[in-house]
Amino acid sequence: MTGRKMNRWLLPEGIEEALPDDAAWLEAYRRRLVDLYRSWGYEFVMPPFIEYLESLLAGASEDLDLQTFKLTDQLTGRLMGVRADMTPQIARIDAHRINRDGPVRLCYLGTVLTTRPAGFGGTRSPLQVGVELYGHEGIDSDREVLSLLLETMAVCGVEGVNVDLGHTGIFREVSQAAGLDDTQASELFDMLQRKSVPEIDAFAAQLDVADAVAVGIRQLPLLNGGVETLAHAREVLAFAPRAMASIDALDALAREVGLRYPDVAIHFDLAELSGYHYETGVVFSAYTSGEGQEIARGGRYHGIGKDFGRERPAIGFSADLKMLRKVSSATFSDTSRRILAPCNVSDTVLNQMISTLRSQGDCVVYVLDSQGEPQELSGCSHQLIKRDDQWVVEEIR
Amino acid sequence: MKQDNLIIALSKGRIYKETRPFLEAAGIIPVDDPETSRKLILDTNRDDVKLLILRATDVPTYVQYGAADLGVTGKDVLCEHGGEGLYELLDLGIARCRLMVAGRVGEPLPEARRVRVATKFVRSARDHFARKGQQVEVIKLYGSMELAPLVGLADCIVDVVDTGNTLKANGLAPLEHIADISSRIVVNKAAMKMKHERVTRLLEEMKKVVTERQQ
Repeated sequence: MTGRKMNRWLLPEGIEEALPDDAAWLEAYRRRLVDLYRSWGYEFVMPPFIEYLESLLAGASEDLDLQTFKLTDQLTGRLMGVRADMTPQIARIDAHRINRDGPVRLCYLGTVLTTRPAGFGGTRSPLQVGVELYGHEGIDSDREVLSLLLETMAVCGVEGVNVDLGHTGIFREVSQAAGLDDTQASELFDMLQRKSVPEIDAFAAQLDVADAVAVGIRQLPLLNGGVETLAHAREVLAFAPRAMASIDALDALAREVGLRYPDVAIHFDLAELSGYHYETGVVFSAYTSGEGQEIARGGRYHGIGKDFGRERPAIGFSADLKMLRKVSSATFSDTSRRILAPCNVSDTVLNQMISTLRSQGDCVVYVLDSQGEPQELSGCSHQLIKRDDQWVVEEIR
Repeated sequence: MKQDNLIIALSKGRIYKETRPFLEAAGIIPVDDPETSRKLILDTNRDDVKLLILRATDVPTYVQYGAADLGVTGKDVLCEHGGEGLYELLDLGIARCRLMVAGRVGEPLPEARRVRVATKFVRSARDHFARKGQQVEVIKLYGSMELAPLVGLADCIVDVVDTGNTLKANGLAPLEHIADISSRIVVNKAAMKMKHERVTRLLEEMKKVVTERQQ
């Protein structure tokens, strides 16, 4: 029992708290991001932390189901879930609550909870931040959301960003043109996720397809790299003519984004399918050096709204603000003055002055007892002091 | 270590020895010898390439988290790890062996109760028996698996078998074949994007050796 008592301060695995320095950074950049999204016309929404499981998991994959913490609602006996991803919630808000015609732009920021730690750092409580754009399909919205992802990285001081572009339409058209059934397609999908070239070679060899098709399937995991990848893909995937539209879409998107953000390295990966189960078009993720996993990801998905009675095009991205903090080179320091002030209820002049200082953005800290507080403790640089019957702010030496 | 280095994770012994010719073909020659040196980070003739010497089971973990950009690891270790966040781009065809179920010669597995399986490949063992529709009790061990059936700790074992001599010497025989094992190159997802050119060039050089050997 003593061991258990001694460990009372321990937090569960993957659950963190933010101490003042971290919290100040997170809060400062949270504001900057919400302001950035507002300046692009995105409305901020705050979905609930917990809701009925059915709505949380509408249109979602089995993975999301396993990632969601569940509990029974004592009022109704129904299962509730703590959100593990806010995207379906935003889709619900668009489809059911806002229900406007024409494009709807929404942004969000909040804690989500996952049953298993995701990626390095092993957090189970990311601070998810993202945007969603509903009601438009085409390069204009693709470019807008991808640009906003890059703006997010820039605002947060993440340098050396590398964007990875893919398109789920390519895999879909290739498996259709090759005549794969559902089981085979999901087998290939799994192998592509791991880019397991040896397994894909063996898989292609036992398929009863034309040589060109087998070669194309074997090339799929290798279709990644710079812009030359697209030309190569057009060649080896010629047997799937409908995949060409997806390749063209990627080509155009990369060119337009490359013009606007020349410092960002753009990389293509035509076998990148993460989130394939609900994504239906362009997919993208951002990487930065020193981090083994992606730091933001997004893409196009159309199906989710259907479960809420309104299917329409959607594209968005999300990132974990705590992860961005980790890879950011931007520091945040509170530049306001910190002023130590005596506490005297009856001195109206003093109290008026304190209110004025505070409203000007200064930080004023009361000395809590007549003995005076040691200055190191309150970390003040200045103090309010009476000189010639006048209250003045003086630097503490 | 500098972030623009190319870091390759390897294990000592057989994998290191058999991987060396592939590295040399790609123009990477280790300066230190892991068998005699105690260093865990080995320099090579190239300033921007370092080798990490790890325990075999740790290789996928280092690569997954990006502490190494790529690594050489057996398919057995990879199956156990799950392969999340990794790309398995090339089968080197080295360190070949088989993952097998083995038991005591002439003694059938019990049918009345759950079969007890001793192994260090917990995940692969459970998956294998699940595929056969058989629920088993898996006992995790870290070595000398062959001992378990002899002293009644388990009914059978799941282990990698090379020549089969250790099994024979302990009165065991292979019962079922689970998978053919060889060593693969695994690449970190982010390294594949951020250091794409260097990684693909290295893989191409290594692949040439694989193709030559197959012919």
